[in-house]
Amino acid sequence: MTTETLARTTPEEAAIEDLIACPHCDALYLAQMPAKGGRAVCSHCHTVLIAPRTKAGKKMIALTLTVMILVVAALFFPFLDINAGGIGNSTSILDAASSFRSGYMVFLSFLVAAAIIFVPLLRTVLILYVLIPVVRDRPALPHARRAFRLSQELKPWAMAEVFAIGCAVALVKVQDLAHIGFGPAFWMFSALVILVLINDNFLCTWSVWKSLELEND
Amino acid sequence: MVCMEIARAGKRLTARDAGLVACRRCARVWPMGQARCGRCGSHLESRDARSLQKVWAWWIAGVIAYIPANLYPMLKTNTLVSHTENTIIGGAVELAHHGSFGVAAIILIASVLIPVGKFLAIAFLAIGARRGSSVPPRTRTHMFEIVEFIGRWSMIDVFVVAILSSLVQLSVVASIQPGPAAMTFALSVICTMLSAQAFDPRLIWDAVRRQQPRKTS
Ligand SMILES: [Zn+2]
Ligand SMILES: [Zn+2]
Ligand SMILES: [Zn+2]
Repeated sequence: MTTETLARTTPEEAAIEDLIACPHCDALYLAQMPAKGGRAVCSHCHTVLIAPRTKAGKKMIALTLTVMILVVAALFFPFLDINAGGIGNSTSILDAASSFRSGYMVFLSFLVAAAIIFVPLLRTVLILYVLIPVVRDRPALPHARRAFRLSQELKPWAMAEVFAIGCAVALVKVQDLAHIGFGPAFWMFSALVILVLINDNFLCTWSVWKSLELEND
Repeated sequence: MVCMEIARAGKRLTARDAGLVACRRCARVWPMGQARCGRCGSHLESRDARSLQKVWAWWIAGVIAYIPANLYPMLKTNTLVSHTENTIIGGAVELAHHGSFGVAAIILIASVLIPVGKFLAIAFLAIGARRGSSVPPRTRTHMFEIVEFIGRWSMIDVFVVAILSSLVQLSVVASIQPGPAAMTFALSVICTMLSAQAFDPRLIWDAVRRQQPRKTS
């Protein structure tokens, strides 16, 4: 892909709010919204800068709501059950998160609970709070920018999908120790993981920032 | 589809060349010297001068925590007939010995290959950012993106331990307890994620631009 033929402009000619700098290599561009479904890519390092999708906001909200309902529902149903030598046990996601009971291991319980429950839930709440007014063409709610920034900062620490793979590994590990069955929460959680993965692909953060820019809060 | 390049006298510009400072979170640019992004509120720094120090500090902490994570048991399994303690690698060997090669591979990749690969990749990126490197900067930027994306997947083994210790509590028939390695392994993953987050990938490109100031593609 050659960019030599593209028209160029000097920084003095462009308004500062129309500029965009690649977060990975600092190359400066005049931001132009690509067609829906298209992408604007940094020509130096190939980082995707802008990637708007058709009806992205509405799809995001629908998916995010579903994620929230699934996380809450998954908390209250048994997740996995086990049977060996006539003795059975079933565990919920909350049990798994609080399984490190003794002494300093309690720290690990907090960590697991945060990574698979609190952070994913908080992110869905924050994203809904920011996106619902944007999609309905209403002014942003108070502190919407702070909320969106927090949702982006938390992204690497939401690990629901990693936990789901962990479940699959755990099942195989105890296969010769006991018989394991899936509870309803397990299937909810599997659906949730797929939704989380789709969801993250929908959100063009630059487009959201652009729409928040017009607001005063 | 690419945004319009910004150039002055035929030379492509970075935000810094144009006397601007870019926000790494939302890609907005501001006049040099501004301390906070007016759009998303992130702390602004044209180049994070202490970036590499932070990278190395978290890196060292991550490596130190990774050593006991491999020496101490991750899981303690009690059954009617036996008491076994498995380290990360011991657990994978045990799985392979039982014929579960796929899952053994997942554990080895998530708990050994990814963490060690990340240590090496971050060290390589940090050294290359200071001294330059013969590897093209675009390749190194992609390497950084992979390191950022993949870090959280190392948590699989911690989640497996959490699930097993809450599920397998069948009085005398079988019970599983977490070992001290679960704790140090989780700490190692967190430190390495923070190390990668502290890295400012624009440093990769600065070193290249210093060496070849006329380079235009
Ligand atoms: Zn770039
Ligand atoms: Zn910003
Ligand atoms: Zn065996």
